[in-house]
Amino acid sequence: MNTLVFGGTIAAASFCAGFLGSLTGLGGGFIITPVLTLVFGADIRYAIGASLISIIATSSGAAAAYVKEGFTNLRVGMLLEIATVVGALVGASLTTVLPTRALIVLFGTVLLVSAYLTTRPHAEHLTAALPPDPLASRLRLDSEYPTAGGPVRYRVRHVPGGFALMWVAGVLSGLLGIGSGAVKVLAMDQVMYLPFKVSTATSNFMIGVTAAASAGIYLRHGYVDPGLAMPVMLGVLAGSLVGARLLFGARTDRLRLLFAVALVAVAVEMIYKGVAGGR
Amino acid sequence: MRAPWRNVKDADVQRAVGNLLRGGVLLAAAVVLAGGVVFLWRHGTALPDYRTFRGEPLDLRELGGIVRDAFSGTGRGLIQLGLLLLVATPVARVAFTAVAFAFERDRTYVLVALLVLSLLLKSLAG
Repeated sequence: MNTLVFGGTIAAASFCAGFLGSLTGLGGGFIITPVLTLVFGADIRYAIGASLISIIATSSGAAAAYVKEGFTNLRVGMLLEIATVVGALVGASLTTVLPTRALIVLFGTVLLVSAYLTTRPHAEHLTAALPPDPLASRLRLDSEYPTAGGPVRYRVRHVPGGFALMWVAGVLSGLLGIGSGAVKVLAMDQVMYLPFKVSTATSNFMIGVTAAASAGIYLRHGYVDPGLAMPVMLGVLAGSLVGARLLFGARTDRLRLLFAVALVAVAVEMIYKGVAGGR
Repeated sequence: MRAPWRNVKDADVQRAVGNLLRGGVLLAAAVVLAGGVVFLWRHGTALPDYRTFRGEPLDLRELGGIVRDAFSGTGRGLIQLGLLLLVATPVARVAFTAVAFAFERDRTYVLVALLVLSLLLKSLAG
């Protein structure tokens, strides 16, 4: 195997990661890391650096389309980003105090249960008929998103609950070094009752900002290798551009199922990581 | 009297942020691709070893070194510069959102976006 074959295989896997990541709002890290470490035997630190690049590429690649089409709720994204970034800073300072391996298994189990919850859709089409949430109205969070039958209005609920959960997501990602995309989608979908496509698109918008925050550290520690990151970035970018084209026409129930399956993969990976240790 | 930006709507903000993102990402991809061509031209057949972590050489770890390497035309330097451009897109996204909310006269969200931006820059600078 030479560099061309090696790079081509990684680019193909990255294309899938970008495609799935852009549709589910999870980012592509959960595919890139195991492919690099388990299939190619790369050191986990190189894999972490490449997976960080993949998350930013997925986010920026798909966000261009999602923001333009009006799927992304910029206000919700910006507001919740405060909670995530502050949480991540707290989490990063707790790594020596808390038992990370036990936590990672616990968190994986929580995600496994959440995967089941997301397959049961809540009545997202009814939220427009509910009375406005006073806090959401004052923060101008209610918005609309495009559907085949024209723009549909939606209301945002439970802002403090969503904000608190997003802070926890940040703490976990800072503490455990794992993507917080899963908790972001869950908080917006299950707690704040945003339409599913708005939840995945807004999560997609946010994960890039969260990942960029830690990019400086990884770059300075020499985790980002150009030979690995090149095929990953180009493959992920192409995949996310294709995925982003499909969101508008995708059926929400199928997207939920895709998200649930991807979430199970994330959860299993996490439990494995916690039990096996080191990875 | 109404200033012209008085009527800036969420849709305008969305279009502008979307275009900015697309431009940044395509520029980053073009630089990475150019670096990749140079890199493969020189290392096409030798398989690098990623099993043991040695860390990147110092000049590929920080801004000054990366820019120097990129402009002397090394493949790795160019790729790393493209990756830096990629990392810059979310930062530019947040900064631009702050400006856009200012045009919309939405003071709350100008503050929210500036807060996110300062937290982001703080952690990027380490």
